Amino acid sequence: MTVERTAPRGKPRRAATKKTTTAAARRRPPRPEMVQLLTPEGERVEHPDYALETTPEQLRGLYRDMVLTRRFDAEATALQRQGELGLWPSLLGQEAAQIGSGRALRDDDYVFPTYREHGVAWCRGVDPTLLLGMFRGVNHGGWDPTTNNFHLYTIVIGSQALHATGYAMGVAKDGADVAVVAYFGDGASSQGDVAEAFTFAAVYNAPVVFFCQNNQWAISEPTERQTRVPLYQRAAGYGFPGVRVDGNDVLAVLAVTRAAAEHVRTGQGPMLVEAFTYRMGAHTTSDDPTRYRRKEELEVWEGKDPILRLRRCLERESAADEAFFADLERESDVMARRVREAIRTMPDPDGMAMFEHTYADGHALVDEERAQYAAYVASFADHEHGHEGV
Amino acid sequence: MTAEKMAMAKALNSSLRKALESDPKVLVMGEDVGKLGGVFRITDGLQKDFGEERVIDTPLAESGIIGTAIGLALRGYRPIAEIQFDGFVFPGYDQIVTQLAKMHARSLGKVKLPVVVRIPFGGGIGAVEHHSESPEALFAHVAGLKIVAPGNPSDAYWMLQQAIECDDPVIFFEPKARYWDKGEVDAAGIPGPLHAAKVVRPGTDLTLVAYGPTVKTALAAAVAAEEDGVSLEVIDLRSVSPIDFDTLQRSVEKTGRLVVAHEAPVFFGAGAEVAARITERCFYHLQAPVLRVGGFHAPYPPARLEEEYLPGLDRVLDSVDRALAY
Ligand SMILES: Cc1ncc(C[n+]2csc(CCOP(=O)(O)OP(=O)(O)O)c2C)c(N)n1
Repeated sequence: MTVERTAPRGKPRRAATKKTTTAAARRRPPRPEMVQLLTPEGERVEHPDYALETTPEQLRGLYRDMVLTRRFDAEATALQRQGELGLWPSLLGQEAAQIGSGRALRDDDYVFPTYREHGVAWCRGVDPTLLLGMFRGVNHGGWDPTTNNFHLYTIVIGSQALHATGYAMGVAKDGADVAVVAYFGDGASSQGDVAEAFTFAAVYNAPVVFFCQNNQWAISEPTERQTRVPLYQRAAGYGFPGVRVDGNDVLAVLAVTRAAAEHVRTGQGPMLVEAFTYRMGAHTTSDDPTRYRRKEELEVWEGKDPILRLRRCLERESAADEAFFADLERESDVMARRVREAIRTMPDPDGMAMFEHTYADGHALVDEERAQYAAYVASFADHEHGHEGV
Repeated sequence: MTAEKMAMAKALNSSLRKALESDPKVLVMGEDVGKLGGVFRITDGLQKDFGEERVIDTPLAESGIIGTAIGLALRGYRPIAEIQFDGFVFPGYDQIVTQLAKMHARSLGKVKLPVVVRIPFGGGIGAVEHHSESPEALFAHVAGLKIVAPGNPSDAYWMLQQAIECDDPVIFFEPKARYWDKGEVDAAGIPGPLHAAKVVRPGTDLTLVAYGPTVKTALAAAVAAEEDGVSLEVIDLRSVSPIDFDTLQRSVEKTGRLVVAHEAPVFFGAGAEVAARITERCFYHLQAPVLRVGGFHAPYPPARLEEEYLPGLDRVLDSVDRALAY
């Protein structure tokens, strides 16, 4: 409307305003501040709010986490190609966002992931082979979330943000000092559930860190299709702090998430962390990014590779020698082999498993259907047996 | 003009294309429907040809998609909203059930909401959770919605046209496991009414009713039964709300037996409604109780178990045998 009023009479509106408000310019959010502690060249930089002391051992540990996570992910992708998994959502490129945030947490913190948090799962101590069951199609999750305080993967976009918030409300009621972390994507930020989670967390001062991995894409839709402000700025409207961190910089993510977790643990209410990162692979193995993504974009981000960046830092600071890298390579191979073996020997569930766990207390109809189904299956066995006898 | 053989996905695409061409008020909207052409490529090429104003990539928000489709319809547009997978309609379920379904009645008929919600539904594709559900009964229970599900490419083509032309909201369930099956589509032909069931294979011993993905299974069952000397009349229901009970009644009066097959859980499902009404209408013609075969009262299982869960050929034939045994 402003455009209409300021346009000189008789002149086409488009032309008069072209310079400042082309569609592209209107859609592009302003460039925000982003916390970075490690440049793409692997150089350490200081940030006034996020100092981070690290020992060479810690750096090597983070590097190891990222390398093993990437190897696991690559192995799962390969297993999908070989028909062992129905689907795989790769985290390629998001290792720093996941390892940095995962390693910032204490054991008693509680994590609510989406379906792509394989690196966070690794940090929580979840056996990677457990993550494969649902993608192979033998279960819908299958791990006990309370063992590692790592909740089940959630596929419906945004749902878990509310579960995390509710859990955090419970934490607050209990007077505990643990942090709850809800992971979600930039696309998820559009869901009502995420908006409602922000509202609940804010008004109940819930100790939840909203950790948004902005990997630039929600399947084929770029972040511009979800928001016109940088995502971390959304928090301000709900009344809690938000910060954007370089999601390909594992040190910055570690420092920022650690601070965010401390912020929520100390009763200061929720906080939003936007890890600015990139999904280097396809959305999942069924996606075809060539339909919507330019090759050059990928190349730019490959230059910011989180693993390469930390490797440069390790080399620059002489924090790791050749033997370390060679050992790690061997360790990766061993893990990959273990994953392959685990998947190939993973048993298919028995048909009767369908009737298990629908209810905790049982249900007459399920009992009836289970019995009918068992009789139906048995009728085949009898039949086959009968044939043998003839 | 002669009929063309095409896959159901292509038939739906052609149908959308025709609707966009013939009415400037028709809009296609949803997640990834633009450049990607939707995750099933049903909207492939439409944005390229009709532009971003007509084929709209929406934010990732189902309540937003349905809610704004309602608003657009109030403004005179005819939105066709795509929901990516059956299990993801629920964030938009509130808008569908509390608003889309009721606004016409609420306005004493003043407001029309010609909104089509396209939902790929059903299983059998080896997917992860929420990608294989059959929630049609949850919608059929709501007055104000019309619910259809084509079982072949020709119906997919024509029923989508008719749904778009309909002034009521239509939930359009697409059997995703059948997207790649081919069939004749005669774009110059004249379609029957949207809510009429069709006898897709005549028979004399038993009426087997199915819709959407199960039609193919039912036809296969009829072929198998014929080998055993049993003649099944297969009816494609096509419409779940309303249901064409007259066609069913005629058939059951002839055959005396009825089996209803669908992928959705049997408990409180479409089959229950068919069974109750047909029992009421055909009590003295029935030689056996109406039997239902379908999903169990359990969450849709992981991919490696879905064959156990789905009413496949064997389970359908088992029900047929049981009905014939009375
Ligand atoms: C409610 C809902 N709608 C649609 C989908 C289908 N879907 C799966 S992932 C995805 C994109 C998610 O993007 P984002 O939140 O940015 O996370 P990313 O996968 O990029 O990590 C979509 C649309 C879904 N899972 N849930």
